[in-house]
Amino acid sequence: MSMGPAFRIDDPAKAPMTDVTQPTGAARPRRKPRRPAEPAKRVQFDRPLLPWLFLLPQLAVIFVFFYWPSAQAITSSFYLEDPFGFGASFVGLDNYRDALGSAEYRRIAGFTTLFTALVTALSLGLGLLFAVKADKVIRGRSTYRTALISVYAVAPPVAGLMGMMLFDQHIGPFVTLAAQFGWNMQVGINYWDTAFAMILVSVWKQVPYNFIFFLSGLQGIPASVREAAVIDCKNGFTRFRTAILPLLAPTAFFLLIINITYALFDTFAVIDVMVKDKPANNPITLVYKVYNDGFRGNDIGGSAAQSVILMVVVLGLTLVQFRWLERRVHYG
Amino acid sequence: MASIDISNVSKTYPGASAPSVSDINLSIRDGEFIVLVGPSGCGKSTLLRMVAGLEDITGGEVRIGDRLVNGVDPADRDIAMVFQNYALYPHMTVRENMAYGLKNRRTPPTEIATRVAEAARMLELGPYLDRKPRALSGGQRQRVAMGRAVVRQPAAFLFDEPLSNLDAKLRVSMRGEIRRLQKRLGTTSLYVTHDQLEAMTLADRLVVLNAGRIEQVGAPLDIYHTPASTFVASFIGSPAMNLLDAEIRGTRLHIGGADLPLGVNTAAQGQVTAGVRAEDLYLAADGLPFRVDFIEELGAQRLVHGHVEGQPLTLAVAPDVALSDAVHLAIRAGALHLFDTASGKRLPASGTGARPARATEEMAGATARPLL
Repeated sequence: MSMGPAFRIDDPAKAPMTDVTQPTGAARPRRKPRRPAEPAKRVQFDRPLLPWLFLLPQLAVIFVFFYWPSAQAITSSFYLEDPFGFGASFVGLDNYRDALGSAEYRRIAGFTTLFTALVTALSLGLGLLFAVKADKVIRGRSTYRTALISVYAVAPPVAGLMGMMLFDQHIGPFVTLAAQFGWNMQVGINYWDTAFAMILVSVWKQVPYNFIFFLSGLQGIPASVREAAVIDCKNGFTRFRTAILPLLAPTAFFLLIINITYALFDTFAVIDVMVKDKPANNPITLVYKVYNDGFRGNDIGGSAAQSVILMVVVLGLTLVQFRWLERRVHYG
Repeated sequence: MASIDISNVSKTYPGASAPSVSDINLSIRDGEFIVLVGPSGCGKSTLLRMVAGLEDITGGEVRIGDRLVNGVDPADRDIAMVFQNYALYPHMTVRENMAYGLKNRRTPPTEIATRVAEAARMLELGPYLDRKPRALSGGQRQRVAMGRAVVRQPAAFLFDEPLSNLDAKLRVSMRGEIRRLQKRLGTTSLYVTHDQLEAMTLADRLVVLNAGRIEQVGAPLDIYHTPASTFVASFIGSPAMNLLDAEIRGTRLHIGGADLPLGVNTAAQGQVTAGVRAEDLYLAADGLPFRVDFIEELGAQRLVHGHVEGQPLTLAVAPDVALSDAVHLAIRAGALHLFDTASGKRLPASGTGARPARATEEMAGATARPLL
């Protein structure tokens, strides 16, 4: 058994470079000394398997919970499966053709786009607004912040349930409030009323998350930069737009990706609580349709095809964001 | 360009029992370079920030030019400020940083371009105009911050410890640059520092602050030669002035068991605090018994730290002077400062001859010594 350390850390700066250390009198090699391309430190392992051993737990988690299900979904999407598990027959791209060809699917895709856009825009906007206001509060700031952040501790299904209570036909205060303005709000029955409630609850649930990030982003801006801006620009809104907001761009970019993902996937529980067991044609998002078709309709193949489509869409969106948007982001 | 009048200004932070700045009166002439100096927490930055409008004024009035600015937005006060940590906008290029304030004031683009080009030429920032601040060194960033102030052509420059983040060598050259720029533009300037050397070298007039109050206002050399209190005496000048408990009996000064001629005319008798600068002491056959603790070699001179009758004392001697562990010291005639023991205030001298004759020599010493 070797008693020495299993690996050593090399500092390229200290590593002897023969090209450079040759005496000046000797014939110098033609090529220039090669600069080490690696970052400051490089870990060298004695045994090639060791790094993989260290990576194994993380890789196992990713494999079991991401790659394996993804591979399963992709495989299933090419098969028509018996609902009771008695067999599957290969149908090629039929599942995709069915999904994309159906008017219902396209209508739900349209609603999902609208829902995602509104939830993302509103929760980012409100989170930023609250953060800017909370940043200015001096007296009782911790109480104020705790009050805003605490909503984040509410689990999504509970948020959905609370939303249902607030929008309940008989006891919901929002319904009473809407009635004051002559709006006969029927959540769970009227398509757009349900959509309204769903968006509201989803936004409410996400605002604290954005609030925390924006607030810490704002507090990361040096006080003297803000003061310099106060001297340079009289108009508060212009000052915010030109001197403060650009410094929040890295935070905002990160939150944009997180919020789109939230609106697409994590609102599932809210939607489930709001539309489950409701009689009429209620708005749902694509993720909910995947669940409906797969687990309620027992159409495993079709459901798998839909989730593959969703996966591709999210992948595309994220790539586009990193490719185009991140260029405009200034990292301090 | 304008004068600045600060009358009875005080600042009490909410919840604080005592004011941070109390009852400051200061009249700054047009084009004057005023340095506020004092230890940290003395209220010098607070005072500057009240002039800038970044802090509310809780009492008194600030006038820039003839305009009362107490309630005026910082952006409308016609001032420009240079901050300690540069406070550049990291997402803007050097050019945009300088142009930002002008753009918000609706200055015509051609005018902005001219002024930025002029400032860039003056501060040698030409090659860096299209760089972001993070690609610049500390000294370059501070020059950009100064450029941002210069292009505004304000009534007054406010400097809040602008050189504290720079290394010692750069600090000396930037100090010269600030002084040259201010002389050339003739803009009224208010400069805050805790570095007494910076204060001495930059100021037309020096304002020494202590615990929110003005201790003394005056030309640097006047303050150096006639400090108004023991606080000023120990703060201005390096090494600090030696302060010793002493007693005046007739025309003799008693320090512990030592008995020295007074050398200055004063009506005071009894217990006093005697102040003497390190360079005003010399080796003598008889006088203060001095025990050497350790020696600091500064090259051009050596600082000898030791004790006189149990009280600490520092002596400056030429590097070639031979020293033993126990020597005797005498005080140069007329170089003794006398302060009231209880209040720390300077005791008035009667007659003439209170001011040392070595004024010019000492000035050179005061500016050059701490650089060694």
